[in-house]
Amino acid sequence: MSILVDANTKLLVQGITGREGFFHTIRMVEYGSKIVAGVTPGKGGEWVHDGKIPVFDTVESAVEATGANASVIFVPARFAVDAMLEAADAGLPLCICITEGVPVQDMMRVRQYLDQHDVRLVGPNCPGILTPGECKAGIIPGHITQPGTIGLVSRSGTLTYEVLYALKQEDIGTSTCVGIGGDPINGTSFIDVLGMFQADPRTDKVVLIGEIGGQDEEIAAEYISNHMTKPVVAFIAGQTAPPGKRMGHAGAIVEGGSGLASEKIQALESAGVIVADQPEAIPSLL
Amino acid sequence: MKLHEYRSKQLFSQHGIPIPRGRVAMTAREAKLIAQELGGRVVIKAQVLVGGRGKAGGIRLVDSPEEAEEVATHVLGMQVKGLPVRRILVDEAATIKSEIYLSVTNDRNKQCPVIIASAEGGVDIEEVARTKPEKIVRVHVDPLLGMRQYQARQLAASIELSRECWQEFGNIVWGLYQTFVDTDATLAEINPLVISENNRLLAIDGKMIIDDNALFRRPELAEMRDLEEEKPAEREARRFGLSFVKLDGNIGCMVNGAGLAMATMDVIKLFGGEPANFLDIGGGAGADKVAAAFNLILKDEGVRAVLINIFGGITRCDEVARGILAALKEVEGTLPMVVRLVGTNEDQGRHMLRNANMVVATSLGDAAQKAIQLSTEGQST
Repeated sequence: MSILVDANTKLLVQGITGREGFFHTIRMVEYGSKIVAGVTPGKGGEWVHDGKIPVFDTVESAVEATGANASVIFVPARFAVDAMLEAADAGLPLCICITEGVPVQDMMRVRQYLDQHDVRLVGPNCPGILTPGECKAGIIPGHITQPGTIGLVSRSGTLTYEVLYALKQEDIGTSTCVGIGGDPINGTSFIDVLGMFQADPRTDKVVLIGEIGGQDEEIAAEYISNHMTKPVVAFIAGQTAPPGKRMGHAGAIVEGGSGLASEKIQALESAGVIVADQPEAIPSLL
Repeated sequence: MKLHEYRSKQLFSQHGIPIPRGRVAMTAREAKLIAQELGGRVVIKAQVLVGGRGKAGGIRLVDSPEEAEEVATHVLGMQVKGLPVRRILVDEAATIKSEIYLSVTNDRNKQCPVIIASAEGGVDIEEVARTKPEKIVRVHVDPLLGMRQYQARQLAASIELSRECWQEFGNIVWGLYQTFVDTDATLAEINPLVISENNRLLAIDGKMIIDDNALFRRPELAEMRDLEEEKPAEREARRFGLSFVKLDGNIGCMVNGAGLAMATMDVIKLFGGEPANFLDIGGGAGADKVAAAFNLILKDEGVRAVLINIFGGITRCDEVARGILAALKEVEGTLPMVVRLVGTNEDQGRHMLRNANMVVATSLGDAAQKAIQLSTEGQST
């Protein structure tokens, strides 16, 4: 068991012939993920990766022909909304959007539509999902973690890698690692993933990596104190970030006195979560 | 991207929201002429993209064109929170019976637009939220359906607006919501929306923030970016696709990834240092971007040491090291540098940098402490 993706996940890559899409498709295949199809409008009928992966014009035809059950999106930002809606309309239950730069108002409409269609969206602006030894759906480097019992959920990219790597140095592996993304409006929040980890028999403990902006961490803290029995260790980035400034991620901003790291840390600590003062301290706190 | 008050009000006006008669002036002479046109009694308003203009003396009521010229001379020469005033808005003075707050923004938790209103307008709304939260009312909008007319009536009733103003208020809420949608705003705010002696409504101050990610499809708004209001370093960073925020410390930071960049700043602070900046060079670390990043950091005269923290995940550490060494050849000036490279081929990468006389650290804590030490050594010599 693991969450969201495993050895049976049949992935479809939207934007497979693009630079990023193609590069990461090969990395995913090398890791052992089952990539069954790609979609690029206008390139249906072609093949990539030495004739091993068929390309389709539409998600619907790709799903029909290959039985794909999850999609990873690499298309440029201005096409990402269409790509997410197309995946939903084709009946895919899971859609992972790596693309950064989707307008916020578009995301509000996408989220509303997807919720009505029972689709789980992870991202956008995220590194994707990795279940070590089984499936890499996105861009998280595969070799920096190993199979294990820690569930990891994060709003960040390289900071997540940093923590995975620090865990691996101590021979600690992960059940599944989920990057939910750094945008203000996204498909999956901390509490969605926390609930899955709580229910997953392979996961013993959870690491949560948050950052300034919004109230996702505060909501997670409330959820943890009400619903979780598994221990949670956290790190919150951005304690030194000045208010009113966007720190790289579209969602990482302290606005109107809300979204402060100190408030998030306080909320998590009152919920019984151990909060690390630096990312490298996480392995010793587990 | 923040818009100036006069730009925001122009957009409101295009969506049917009543605004005062007025124009922008860049000289005191222009201000006098505009005041003459408007009948003498006007408000001179500094156009800067920071709050607190009023307290800084950047908003002044005057009674004659002559006084307008005199005050304009003063306001055009002043600075508000370090930003020089280059433009002023000269608006017809309004009669004010009471002031309302009205805005549309994104509710991150509910993941939809929210319209916010309060009868306590004309003051800092965050202050109202702290002291009298019951005075703020919110109505959420389904992003697929858009705003419905009844929602404006809900707001009007909740803030106890007198019934004779409902019609006009409804039109303004509608106009503000449409402005928000049509411009891909993350904030469209009228504060205050005034009620005059004869119960007419007028948006006398406005503020808008446009979603940077949507500017590709709003070229007419992208042109409104006021480059003069940005710090030169932040403007330069944007040109190279770097994410940069200037801070007050003395340890320059160069990191790949926003979360890791924030964590790096935090760890510097944890060990007693002060970061000079937030700088995310993005996922990979090509020599051109690294060079641009070095130049940004070295231009900051307060910087005493540089901490480079790169996680080589997809990009290998030896490639990153090669990029750093190539970039250093392009850069003028020098500072003590601590490099922490972690990930694929880290030993090779570290070896290359050590040979180039850089201080190499393995852990983030170690890197921060070394950088802090180098920064203080620099000060004592």
